[in-house]
Amino acid sequence: MRGKKIRVLIAKPGLDGHDRGAKVIAQGLRDAGMEVIYLGLRLTPEQIAEAAIQEDVDVVGLSCLSGAHMALLPKTVKLIREQDNKDILFIGGGIIPEKDIPKLREADIAQVFGPGVPLSEIIDFIKTRLEVKINDSKD
Amino acid sequence: MKEKPERKEEFRTTVNGTVVKRVYTPTDLEEPKPDTSFPGEYPFTRHVMPTGYRGRLWTMRQYSGFATVEETNKRYKYLYEQGVTGFSIAFHLPTQLGYDSDHPLAVGEVGKCGVAIDSLQDMERLWDGISLADVSTSMTINATAPILLAMYVAAAEKQEASQEKLRGTVQNDLLKEYIARNTYIFGPEPSMRLITDLCSYCAQNMPKWNPISISGYHMREAGATAIQEAAFTLANGIAYAQAMVDKGMAVDSFAPRFSFFFAAYTNLLEEIAKFRAVRRLWAKIMKERFGAQDPRSMMLRFHAQTDGFTLTEQQPINNIVRVTLQALAATLGSCQSLHTNSFDEALALPSEEAVQVALRTQQIIAHESGISDTVDPVGGSYYVEWLTNKIEAGVQEYLAKIDSMGGALEAIKKGFIQTEIMRSAYNYQKAVDSGEQVVVGVNMFATEDKPTLKLLEIDEEIEKKQLKRLSKLKRERDNKRVSQVLDKVRQVAEGDQNIMPVLIEAVKAYATVGEITDALRDVFGEYREPTIV
Repeated sequence: MRGKKIRVLIAKPGLDGHDRGAKVIAQGLRDAGMEVIYLGLRLTPEQIAEAAIQEDVDVVGLSCLSGAHMALLPKTVKLIREQDNKDILFIGGGIIPEKDIPKLREADIAQVFGPGVPLSEIIDFIKTRLEVKINDSKD
Repeated sequence: MKEKPERKEEFRTTVNGTVVKRVYTPTDLEEPKPDTSFPGEYPFTRHVMPTGYRGRLWTMRQYSGFATVEETNKRYKYLYEQGVTGFSIAFHLPTQLGYDSDHPLAVGEVGKCGVAIDSLQDMERLWDGISLADVSTSMTINATAPILLAMYVAAAEKQEASQEKLRGTVQNDLLKEYIARNTYIFGPEPSMRLITDLCSYCAQNMPKWNPISISGYHMREAGATAIQEAAFTLANGIAYAQAMVDKGMAVDSFAPRFSFFFAAYTNLLEEIAKFRAVRRLWAKIMKERFGAQDPRSMMLRFHAQTDGFTLTEQQPINNIVRVTLQALAATLGSCQSLHTNSFDEALALPSEEAVQVALRTQQIIAHESGISDTVDPVGGSYYVEWLTNKIEAGVQEYLAKIDSMGGALEAIKKGFIQTEIMRSAYNYQKAVDSGEQVVVGVNMFATEDKPTLKLLEIDEEIEKKQLKRLSKLKRERDNKRVSQVLDKVRQVAEGDQNIMPVLIEAVKAYATVGEITDALRDVFGEYREPTIV
């Protein structure tokens, strides 16, 4: 895409410390040629929003395995959207029950990747979505 | 006879693991000198007790906690009726991180990953109808372990059970929190002080209590290989033992109550070998490095948990089989205590039905499989003995490296251990993605079916209920006394007296987890991890 690297922010909102998935994805996206900022864990939605805007990222990946996703993910997206002028792509991951996924989609999280999803699927998803976006903006 | 070609060029144990030969024979066991020790005999490779499970079966201990104390108390009573022989408290994250349920960072987390405990009042109600003098309780609590142990002691006292009688364990292992589990609050130095305060308090006052559970489980969950799990856990164990010695304690006064906690993956024979190797290694470390005389100081006693990471969201019933293999590994590896995971854990907190199956798995192994009829039934298998040696050698290599870096704490500060684990985690994922590591139902034999299980849900009302209770407590208790005792906590934290007595005083005044932790934060500050990816 325009020879520019895709910039991704990976972060863990809330108190959850399970960071294997977030770190594996950070490494995988980096190996796929993206620029990845891993912000770490125990972050508030406000802290993540500030970093996302400052770092001017294209994608924000949020991971939560503690069950607090409904309280944290939509709020983080909302805070970012308030200042976002580039239509950031949001993805989520963790232990997220099936019944919550439609609600997260409504909250503008494009896709939720649960356990067992191959890295390539996440990489392809991001690339496809961002390409579609660029093509749309050409119209 | 014509040989069938082998299915692949190289066979290995779990990803990044040891290369395995086609067949093992006595010649594979010539070097090092064969270990012919008996169970209950140094270096305790086969079992810490001479009678093994013929004497006492392992403790069947299911880690459990959710919502408020009433829901968890009900689950404990259910588990007890179903035959558990020990309790294990899962605390919600705010309690683990020293925040009350009404803290802004606790929003959405109340009662989710465990039970909400804000004050002694909650701890008292948690044990309603359960006699603390008669049960053994494990508490997965680390940064706030001294506060929660203080609450347990105070709750027991209300039941007229004195602390000398109490049996159980607090995890109290912060080194692995910096590496993997991430529920640290304070920096490494104040953490080591609190850990060793708790250990020496127990050595003097609570002879039946395990004041630390040195844990590899979470490092394995974070991606460590079997050898890395074993090595980093023992390295942390060495650091704790050294810290106690540096505090002026004689090794045999505390080491017999050190306990360990490991994961059991699905590679049955590798896991068994790992358990045998760590027992042998720890015995040697305690005897040769620390000069222990008491054989009990040399016995590595451990709790095992089947590995959560290996469970799949896809075709979740298959997880029952994985858990069975893992539980077999733990028991054939001579564990002292075991938690079996529920098959629905890749989807949610376990439902009652799933917990029952998990517990029944242990009961079937104990009473039907025959593995508990003789001690260390796999001992003498050429492969298992060879693999035990191999893992021991791999662990020793890491230990030498960590020693050369100045010990576990320094290796953690340098990010060495974290980076090793992160690399293994990434390699594991790549191996799964490429199909080199088969995960049935995920990258082989996958189906389109979505699981239709009845999952446990935590009602949103739970948070409101807990907040109401907390605000009532804060209104009705003697707040002058609370603020005095919190000042005293700060004073003791600044000095070098043991922290435990003043914490017991503070919880009895119904100071909350958040308030006491804040008093400690005033003195110790907070730690922020250097983010390494």
